[in-house]
Amino acid sequence: MNKIVNINQILSQITDGMTIGIGGWGARRKPMSIIRAICKSDLKDLTIVTYGGPDVGLLCSAKKVKKLIFGFVSLDIIPLDSHFRKARQAGEIKELMEIDEGMLQWGLRAAAMRLPFLPTRVGFGTDVLGKNKEIKLVKSPYDDGEELIAMPAINLDVSLLHVNTADEKGNTLIYGPDPFFDDLFARAAKQTFVSAEQIIKTSEFKKAEVAVYNHFERNLVHGVFHSEGGAHPTSCDPNYGIDIAHLKEYSQASDSFDDYYKKFINISNNEYLDAVGGMSHVNSISKTIF
Amino acid sequence: MSTSSTTLAELCISIAAKAWQKDGEILATGIGLIPRLAVGLSKLHFNKDLLMTDGEAFLIDQPISLGQKIPISSAEGLMTYSRVFDLLWSGHRHAMVSPTQIDKYAQMNISCIGEYQNPKVQLLGVRGFPGNSICHKNSVFIPNHTKKVFVENEVDMVSSLGFNNNTYKPNIGVVVTNLCVFDFNGNKNSLRLLSIHPGVSLDEIEENTGFEFEIFSESISEIPTKTELKLIRNILDPSGIRENIFGAKK
Repeated sequence: MNKIVNINQILSQITDGMTIGIGGWGARRKPMSIIRAICKSDLKDLTIVTYGGPDVGLLCSAKKVKKLIFGFVSLDIIPLDSHFRKARQAGEIKELMEIDEGMLQWGLRAAAMRLPFLPTRVGFGTDVLGKNKEIKLVKSPYDDGEELIAMPAINLDVSLLHVNTADEKGNTLIYGPDPFFDDLFARAAKQTFVSAEQIIKTSEFKKAEVAVYNHFERNLVHGVFHSEGGAHPTSCDPNYGIDIAHLKEYSQASDSFDDYYKKFINISNNEYLDAVGGMSHVNSISKTIF
Repeated sequence: MSTSSTTLAELCISIAAKAWQKDGEILATGIGLIPRLAVGLSKLHFNKDLLMTDGEAFLIDQPISLGQKIPISSAEGLMTYSRVFDLLWSGHRHAMVSPTQIDKYAQMNISCIGEYQNPKVQLLGVRGFPGNSICHKNSVFIPNHTKKVFVENEVDMVSSLGFNNNTYKPNIGVVVTNLCVFDFNGNKNSLRLLSIHPGVSLDEIEENTGFEFEIFSESISEIPTKTELKLIRNILDPSGIRENIFGAKK
């Protein structure tokens, strides 16, 4: 079994109008090399589901987003994403499902469990209900009879994740202390593609101490893309931290996206790494202290 | 930074730190610079039983100094986002947050300002506010007390539950601003003045608040003790980053 793919093989599995889940959180462990490839593709009208960071901003500026299902968009160290803000303030994102970050988890978990919804009280008393007319209520069938919010399953066509290490069979390791909700993204999707800092032989996974960093099964993974520095400018703990200098440049580029696009997107992945200072630079970015 | 007289930042940190004093063994989360320092001071001085995180993924036994350049070397537990959600849904947390807008019902907004489909100002999104507000206690820190924050009408995008809901009620702790201290324990959970910061007048507070509030006390806010100041200045924020929060204004 060999699931190693190149970027074009991943893109060939994505079509206009699909619902795409993106792993990571804010400016942390985002599959940015795949996101940049989508930005320069002809794909359009995507529904993006994410704990949002610069993945959302880039896809907005590249006009790929029809609908956004999200709780927030933040660059962590820089609280707000200028590209996302610009798109929102211009009314460019036609459909929104803005929900509590825990409701997002619930929607992914419902999809992962092949359930139509999961109940919660989260959302009552807020505009999350008013703005999302598709979210319905459900009454507990037990004696309490409590009325609850039925958070609908968020079923994904494709999930895109970035991990530290993978093998050709689709086994993955996330060495950072927080795997975020990557496991649920993988389970909620029909197909999952991972980019990985390094590809190793399956025999190198054999240590049980290492296997604790494996958060979801290989049969959920349909393709493995070797992409060193693939999360840059977001972090990939412990390999590298958030490239704050680059995120500042990115933030300033919301009004001059064509320049940023030429300089950092409309080039090959190797050219991108050269443009940001090479892997020696990326690997030298120290861990972000919050 | 003056080493003798107390600054506004230090005053706010000291008052805010007392928010968790009687909370026992719960997770204290301070979002933003002053709330985060307040959690640190609370942990060191007012409530040693508090759980706190490094702001990323670990529970830590001692606060991290602001501006510290090396990662933490020891943790007392793991607190991934998944576990934060699990924990907060059962109510074992008290956060301090800084909404962009707050109204007379204690509804808060961090999502966007203006028309929803085409907002004038896009902010963060509702983030965890809906869940936090229905599940656990929240205190508030407002660094720029104006009518833009304490809005006359309801907030533009209701991100957190307020007292106007018929079924659920929020649990609001203290509301610390750059001018004064409030809570929401007035008649029918109205905003209530508890103390006024040194050098601030009641008129100034009224002029900068978009709705009426009760006056429980016009006493002057309690300034930090020498011990508290020492912890803030020497341990929690030795490089004085806290003073940037109010800019040149105060």
